[in-house]
Amino acid sequence: MAQADAGALDGRDGNVTRMVTADGIPLKRSLQRAERRRKIAALLLVTPLLAFLLIVFLFPIGQMMWRSVDNPQVVNALPRTLNALEGWDGSEVPSEEVFAALAADFREDLQRPRADQTWGPLGVRLNYELSAARGAVARTVRNVPDFEPPYREAFTDSHRLWGDPAFWRVIQREGRPLTASYYVAALDREYDDEGNIVRRDENRRIYVGLFMRTLALSLGITFLTFALGFPIAYYMSILPMRHANLLMICVLLPFWTSLLVRTTAWIVLLQQQGVINEVLVNIGLIGDDGRFSLMYNMYGTIIAMTHILLPFMVLPLYSVMRTIPPSYLRAAKSLGATPTTAFRRVYFPQTLPGIGAGAVLVFIISIGYYITPALVGGQSGRMISNEIARHMQQSLNWGLAAALGSILLVGVLILYWAYNRLVGADNLKLG
Amino acid sequence: MQQKMLKLIGASGAVSLMALSAAQAQDRIDLVVMSWGGAYTNSQQQAYHEPYMEMNPHVNIINDDGSANALATLRAQSQAGNVTLALVDMLPSDAQLACDEGIIMSIDHDEMLAAAPDGTPASEDFLPGSLGECFIPQIVYSNIIAFNTEMFPEDAQPSTVADFFDVENFPGRRALQDRPGGSLEWALYADGVNPDDIYDVLATPEGVDRALAKLDTIKDHLIFWTEGAQSPQLLADQEVAFTTAYNGRIFEAQVDEGQPFEIIWDGQVVEWDGWVIPEGGPHLETVLDYLYFATDTQRLADQARYISYGPARASSAVLVDTHVDGFDMAPHMPTSPENYFAPIILDNDFWTDYGDELREIYANWMMQ
Repeated sequence: MAQADAGALDGRDGNVTRMVTADGIPLKRSLQRAERRRKIAALLLVTPLLAFLLIVFLFPIGQMMWRSVDNPQVVNALPRTLNALEGWDGSEVPSEEVFAALAADFREDLQRPRADQTWGPLGVRLNYELSAARGAVARTVRNVPDFEPPYREAFTDSHRLWGDPAFWRVIQREGRPLTASYYVAALDREYDDEGNIVRRDENRRIYVGLFMRTLALSLGITFLTFALGFPIAYYMSILPMRHANLLMICVLLPFWTSLLVRTTAWIVLLQQQGVINEVLVNIGLIGDDGRFSLMYNMYGTIIAMTHILLPFMVLPLYSVMRTIPPSYLRAAKSLGATPTTAFRRVYFPQTLPGIGAGAVLVFIISIGYYITPALVGGQSGRMISNEIARHMQQSLNWGLAAALGSILLVGVLILYWAYNRLVGADNLKLG
Repeated sequence: MQQKMLKLIGASGAVSLMALSAAQAQDRIDLVVMSWGGAYTNSQQQAYHEPYMEMNPHVNIINDDGSANALATLRAQSQAGNVTLALVDMLPSDAQLACDEGIIMSIDHDEMLAAAPDGTPASEDFLPGSLGECFIPQIVYSNIIAFNTEMFPEDAQPSTVADFFDVENFPGRRALQDRPGGSLEWALYADGVNPDDIYDVLATPEGVDRALAKLDTIKDHLIFWTEGAQSPQLLADQEVAFTTAYNGRIFEAQVDEGQPFEIIWDGQVVEWDGWVIPEGGPHLETVLDYLYFATDTQRLADQARYISYGPARASSAVLVDTHVDGFDMAPHMPTSPENYFAPIILDNDFWTDYGDELREIYANWMMQ
């Protein structure tokens, strides 16, 4: 606004005599000065938040994305070898010259202090691409100082992989500071002998299926929270405040309970010897051998997550519904609408901002969920975050974890963009 | 007034100076030791930490229960250049990786560790194959199959790995870990492969197919566990009739909770667990002094009074007799001759080489 005013003054500058303030300074400059001071004050006020976001949010995300393409291991460990490999056509075992360079690289590496040696990370890195590569490096490197020419025989005798062109192709391909191979793996693809990207063997495909399942489960859970939350929110909004508050506490109670406690409570309820099955057997609805499998599968994940995420749907819905004047519905009815029509054409459209906000919240939270699926989901209820956590903590393939995380992030951003085009972010209302 | 004030300042200054010098004289040392938590850390606390702290009152040992992610933590601390862990308890496969990366110290076992009481040097006293370049073993633990005795008739209790794969004669659901280690070995063993040949078979694609085909025969009866604590829980709730588990967890449930569990020692998958020293960690001198004490013959034998993991020293085995509660420990030890009749020794080199690929194949198999 202030800028627009200044612009308006600018426009008048040509026609009107210059306006000055009481102390003789041109009004324009005086205004600009005041404006600048206000801007600086405003900036100072938001600086802590900006710095906080930068440090704990944008910087780590940037680092994660960097890690998914960062590939220093081979370049650092084998500079001479990579040089000698230039022009190698990839069809047969490389020449003696390449093996001599390899021996020189390893020898130099062993001279360094232990913490700076590069062959350990090299082996781990190559093993992501080709099984047993770590063993080939680790079991050879210490003998290299005793190797004598011809090096080619010395290496191939030490481990079979050194005589395998496929291993050398991996070294050549990964001998660049940036790599796409984590993304290739994250999309269930691999490089074939000619270096083309092809789909993996059927028995090694995991991630694409998991991404699809995560998407489907999250959409399903979002819909379920809507279907369950809408009537509750509506009921709360028409109750007198005192009763509405009581109901609100019931909705919020799980919110105040630790996530692990809630998930464990669901285990007690859902397992085959659990409360639900026990009751059904006791009242004779099902036989003792006909107990339902309600957890350690997809149902477990859906039930527990729907419950846990329900407040995120109910709260925005309720706060929007509270603001819809009941007189609108009465007016619709007085103009001849049936209750269904009045609800459909007058009431429901006004709740859309709440539905939109609730849906975005629930969907985005559930797409990154992992503790609950890990505990009650079994195998068919696993989601992509479980795989990311596994690569972070157990297999320690942080590059692949970063690639999976980046794909998830970009996927969510695309979905949000599409959602924005369809519904409009301005139409969200959180309260 | 001013004088009084000055006196006060002087007095408080003297007090704080005294406190400072007292602290310096004591030179208090905090050692952060990372281990597995639960009953296992407790056994280390009783057998190693407390006796050591009693002898060295200025040392304070702080337990960190993060060993499940030890390698990730070590890498992160090493990359950040701020190593706070003095000592870490980890598996030998992870220790080998950390050692290759140079983030933990090399160990000269005879130099750094106590000899056996009869003078046998440490390198010969520790069980064959257990010492690593950067790794000091403490215990032998085993992955076993356990069952709930109440879920089978008294005259038809299972006793072999093959029974685990026999759903006809031993009905009921089974729980298996969601990682391939152990599961694939048992599948091949039950399919008739000799324990010594298992890893040669598993290194071929046909061997992996064979193991998965064997697992397919029980797949409809399987659920999968992730965390060690889940398996005894599943068994106690009678959610499953059989589960694979760490033997210490089952022992704990048997002894502390009186659960009707039984261990199938046939085909137990044996592995070591032990200490590594982070490169560039704090208080190295104290850490070495502590390690010399905590890995001697008596201390390793003491640990077996609290938990059913076998000591890694041959000289300790003869000193193990009763649990702290008074009963005989031998039937619960993986290394007792009566239990150690058909062990499969976990091949860490194999798993570091083929683990990534097999985990993917196994994850894919679980999802189908």
